[in-house]
Amino acid sequence: MTGTLLSISGLTKAYPGVVANDTVSFEIQEGEVHALLGENGAGKSTLVKMIYGLVKPDSGTMAWKGGAFAPSEPRVARATGVAMVFQHFSLFDALSVAENVALGMENPPPMRDLATRIRDVSENYGLPLDPDRTVGDLSAGERQRVEIIRCLLQDPKLLIMDEPTSVLTPQEVEILFKTLNKLKAEGTSILYISHKLEEIRTLCDHATILRLGKNVGTCIPAETTAREMAEMMVGDTLHTPTRTANEGGEVVLEVKNLSLSSSNPFGTRLKDISFEVQAGEILGLGGVAGNGQDELLAALSGEAKTESQAVVVKGKAVGHMGPNERRELGILAAPEERLGHAAAPDMSLTENALLTGAIRQKLIKNNFVNWSETISFAEKIISAFDVRTPGPASAARSLSGGNLQKFVIGREVLQDPEVLVVNQPTWGVDAAAAASIRQSLLDLAANGAALVVISQDLDELMEISDHFGALNEGRLSEIRPAVGLTVDEIGLMMGGAHDLEDAHV
Amino acid sequence: MLRLEKRPQPSRALSLSTPLIAVVVTMIAGGLLFAALGKNPFEAIRTIFWDPLFGEYAFYYRPQLLVKGAPLILIAIGLSLGFRAGIWNIGAEGQYIIGALCGAGAGLAFYPSDSVFLFPFMVIAGALGGWAWGMIPALLKVKFGTNEILVSLMLVYVADQLLAKMSLGLLKNPEGFGFPGSRNIADWESATSWIAADYGLHWGVAAAMIAVILAYILLNKHILGFNIRLSGEAPRAARFAGVNPTRLILFCLGTSGALAGLAGLFEVSGPSGQVNIDFAAGYGFTAIIVAFLGRLHPVGILLAGLLMALTYIGGDIAESQLQLPAAAIQVFQGMLLFFLLALDLLTNYRVKFAIQGAA
Amino acid sequence: MDLSAINPVLLIASLMVAATPLLLAAIGELVVERAGVLNLGVEGMMIVGAIAGFAISVETTSPFLGVIAAALCGALLSLLFAFLTQFALANQVASGLALTLFGLGLSALMGQSYVGVRPPAMARLDIPVLSDLPVVGPILFSHDPILYFGLGLTAAVWAWLKYARGGLVLRAVGENHDAAHALGYNVVRVRVLAIMFGGACAGIGGAYISLIRVPQWTEGMTAGIGWIALALVVFASWKPWRALLGAYLFGGINVLQLNLQAAGVAIPVEYLAMSPYLITILVLVIMSADKSGAPASLGRAFHASH
Repeated sequence: MTGTLLSISGLTKAYPGVVANDTVSFEIQEGEVHALLGENGAGKSTLVKMIYGLVKPDSGTMAWKGGAFAPSEPRVARATGVAMVFQHFSLFDALSVAENVALGMENPPPMRDLATRIRDVSENYGLPLDPDRTVGDLSAGERQRVEIIRCLLQDPKLLIMDEPTSVLTPQEVEILFKTLNKLKAEGTSILYISHKLEEIRTLCDHATILRLGKNVGTCIPAETTAREMAEMMVGDTLHTPTRTANEGGEVVLEVKNLSLSSSNPFGTRLKDISFEVQAGEILGLGGVAGNGQDELLAALSGEAKTESQAVVVKGKAVGHMGPNERRELGILAAPEERLGHAAAPDMSLTENALLTGAIRQKLIKNNFVNWSETISFAEKIISAFDVRTPGPASAARSLSGGNLQKFVIGREVLQDPEVLVVNQPTWGVDAAAAASIRQSLLDLAANGAALVVISQDLDELMEISDHFGALNEGRLSEIRPAVGLTVDEIGLMMGGAHDLEDAHV
Repeated sequence: MLRLEKRPQPSRALSLSTPLIAVVVTMIAGGLLFAALGKNPFEAIRTIFWDPLFGEYAFYYRPQLLVKGAPLILIAIGLSLGFRAGIWNIGAEGQYIIGALCGAGAGLAFYPSDSVFLFPFMVIAGALGGWAWGMIPALLKVKFGTNEILVSLMLVYVADQLLAKMSLGLLKNPEGFGFPGSRNIADWESATSWIAADYGLHWGVAAAMIAVILAYILLNKHILGFNIRLSGEAPRAARFAGVNPTRLILFCLGTSGALAGLAGLFEVSGPSGQVNIDFAAGYGFTAIIVAFLGRLHPVGILLAGLLMALTYIGGDIAESQLQLPAAAIQVFQGMLLFFLLALDLLTNYRVKFAIQGAA
Repeated sequence: MDLSAINPVLLIASLMVAATPLLLAAIGELVVERAGVLNLGVEGMMIVGAIAGFAISVETTSPFLGVIAAALCGALLSLLFAFLTQFALANQVASGLALTLFGLGLSALMGQSYVGVRPPAMARLDIPVLSDLPVVGPILFSHDPILYFGLGLTAAVWAWLKYARGGLVLRAVGENHDAAHALGYNVVRVRVLAIMFGGACAGIGGAYISLIRVPQWTEGMTAGIGWIALALVVFASWKPWRALLGAYLFGGINVLQLNLQAAGVAIPVEYLAMSPYLITILVLVIMSADKSGAPASLGRAFHASH
């Protein structure tokens, strides 16, 4: 199959304060898997939203099989033959699989026929799925199948996949790749967005690399080393964290048979979780998103109370305590969601410093807030963690993701914790900021704190953890030393085996 | 094509000026309304906003500003605490009625006592009555997750019926020749809230001032105030910060109930003078407008309460002098809230004219 | 006290009449909430519908034109709310309250010259034989057309939400507006249309009170029915048929307490009069335990930033 399916020339899109795409040009051939490679914030999502008709370019043109292509809305893009699987799924929890599929189609057949077609397609492509199930009850991998099947039912010419593997176990990734190769063999083009180099080398025919909104090069991944691609993507050499070895110290944090039902109806129940973390140790917890990460953080931070003996810190049972009582004992946490959970978006950095710093920094006397000390604490975080902002009076939401994350992590690190629990410490953060956040976590451990780092970035966990475990459907795998773990072993720990039997292509 | 763009942070200048712009826009729209009713719009606006303050009989109307403003401010201060935390007490009218009933009832039980402890006792009873009425939606919300908006509002209608029952029954003046309504409390020296009736001063005015000051300190200096603001802006972050939502709900609804109850007690023992069927004048609902117009800020509420009092007084004058229907003022107040909410957009978003599509 | 004066057949017939304005307003609000919008302005839209329907009926001597005018006025008023919440992104609770306060004032202003006027009567269904049947006749076959319209509307809304493409889109918007937007649905348009539908229903419900149920115009005559309709949506777990059940239950309680008042039961009138509100609270308490039916995006503002 030859010929250009989609050619993009000079697309530019600017948002206040940032040019998301700057005269980007490249071409997608018919029947190829084309990678769009770049770091978080490089402008990949904006680019595909323009192709899908969700965002209108400021300038530049697109051509579809030689003809002009300027979709005014997703409907038009879909009618042309573009389908998209979103990074954060565009699914409706309370509706059934079939209803979710119908919502993504231009002219859905009657529900009964649709259910039959869903079954056919899902068997055909090795993606088992029951059309009558409620989407809220599905696992992340199954939810992605809903999205993919929704796309496939429309016989797309171009399938866009935005970071599809970030929610999958290694084994599920394998199944996905088989499906994508089958589609490619049938003549469908795939635009594959990722920042994972090995994946792209395995799967893609061509790769276009974006950095800070610009196209910085196109290559054939199979003929390019991961290192070369990484250098194009990042632009300069990175500071790699230096790990000081840790000898086994006293056990600081002890979790015993922790079980907890989620406050969210579609959340995950924690089931019988036990682990120990020593002083100076970093325990890395991997796992696919939505397998109990949020719930575990809540149980450790004190947002969710448990049996008092389920969480023990330095021999003291703390399971029944709320967040502030735990802070008093030196148990601090930084949740995943920066805006709205770790920080209040519309409040100033000073007020956000007070949010968790009130107790340990003694910012309150007789229930009255000492604002001048709170401001100095905020300023201390800003300077120690190189937070780029006009000053502590700025609202949290005015900061970029990376800067706010540095503030949120810095706020806890500077409070001299005995135990620190973080969830996704570098999610959506640029490489330089991520490196400095990781370094601060390593320094903290070196000073004798016990750390639990929950993350979906396996590279990150391998880099900083002493021990590794994985969450799967609310259960914790066996905890093993991180040194020497292979990808296959990690995959099995993450519960990659589920659904394998009925997923033969 | 118009486009909205979120500001990186709310504009402070606009946050302060939008209430003023809203008042001006409402005056223009109100003028059009009055013109549509066949009145001279300029005369009507002057009668409502100018005459009570600077007109020939201003010496009579100015004290009225305090009399009408005090209950509005007192209630709105209480409501604003809850509104800030995302707890919606819209049944202040009911708490106001119950406060008046309890306070007046407590006093009348000792008629004709002249003890100096009588009035303080009534004040406590009034506050407790309003507090208890506010605690009903609070407890139901805490225990069963019941919607406080609907429960507090239903309780207004219940309170209305209780008021009718009491005016005709238990609290009816035994020497009142069978007319409904209680004894006159305003004339009863040891029970009245008047300090200086000629100047419009009663204990409610003092209480409103104290409430403004305490609310200011609470919101800006005290950790509880911080927790209230935090809960309203980011509930999840509030839980992460260790805020106990249950305690906050009980505090906000209880406090706003108590303040509304106090307003009711001061009113019944002063300006209104007796418990009667027509005692409830809608202060509890107008206070909602006052709270928003004052941007849920204590000082703003003080100013907004006085402004709203002005429209009441001016409306009365316009009714008698220009035969402007009383309902027109109600519409006017409603419009004010509309314009304020619409203009709020400007504090958080920039409105931009943009040319769409590829150039 | 003479309880035998209460005729059960008339009681049922009149409870259907009492339930109809509640049902209309609740079905409208149900659709609005299913789209993810909480409009607390039902009371305001009802009372404006009540006076608009009344005034137009009196002026044109056609009750049907009155009902249509009430629907239009309700929808028009709801556009104010739609503008505030969907375009100006104002808080939905505050905007709904503003709508109610404004509506109460506006209706009082509009209704000044209509106090004490009698509206033209709306013809009742009169089917030979059927309407004259004992028991069944007065209950099923002798009502005004709006009452049947309310029942038909309930069925239509139920079927539309369950089977129609539009209903699916509306539910999707109420469930997850970001996802609906990402799929290319116009969230704001869906919501504005839903809000207008809710306004029209509330308007008709209001007109039913002033034209049929009472029938005359007095200030504030909706007396909290709009608020009870809001409670009814919670009671119904956002399901149309349960809204019908709830409306008949409330209608029954109201008619019963009025009958008991008339029969001179030993309970004071005021306590009987407050019973519908107390029972509403009780029902809310019982139903609040289960929030599973609530649309996930209910009350959240939507702004397509990117």
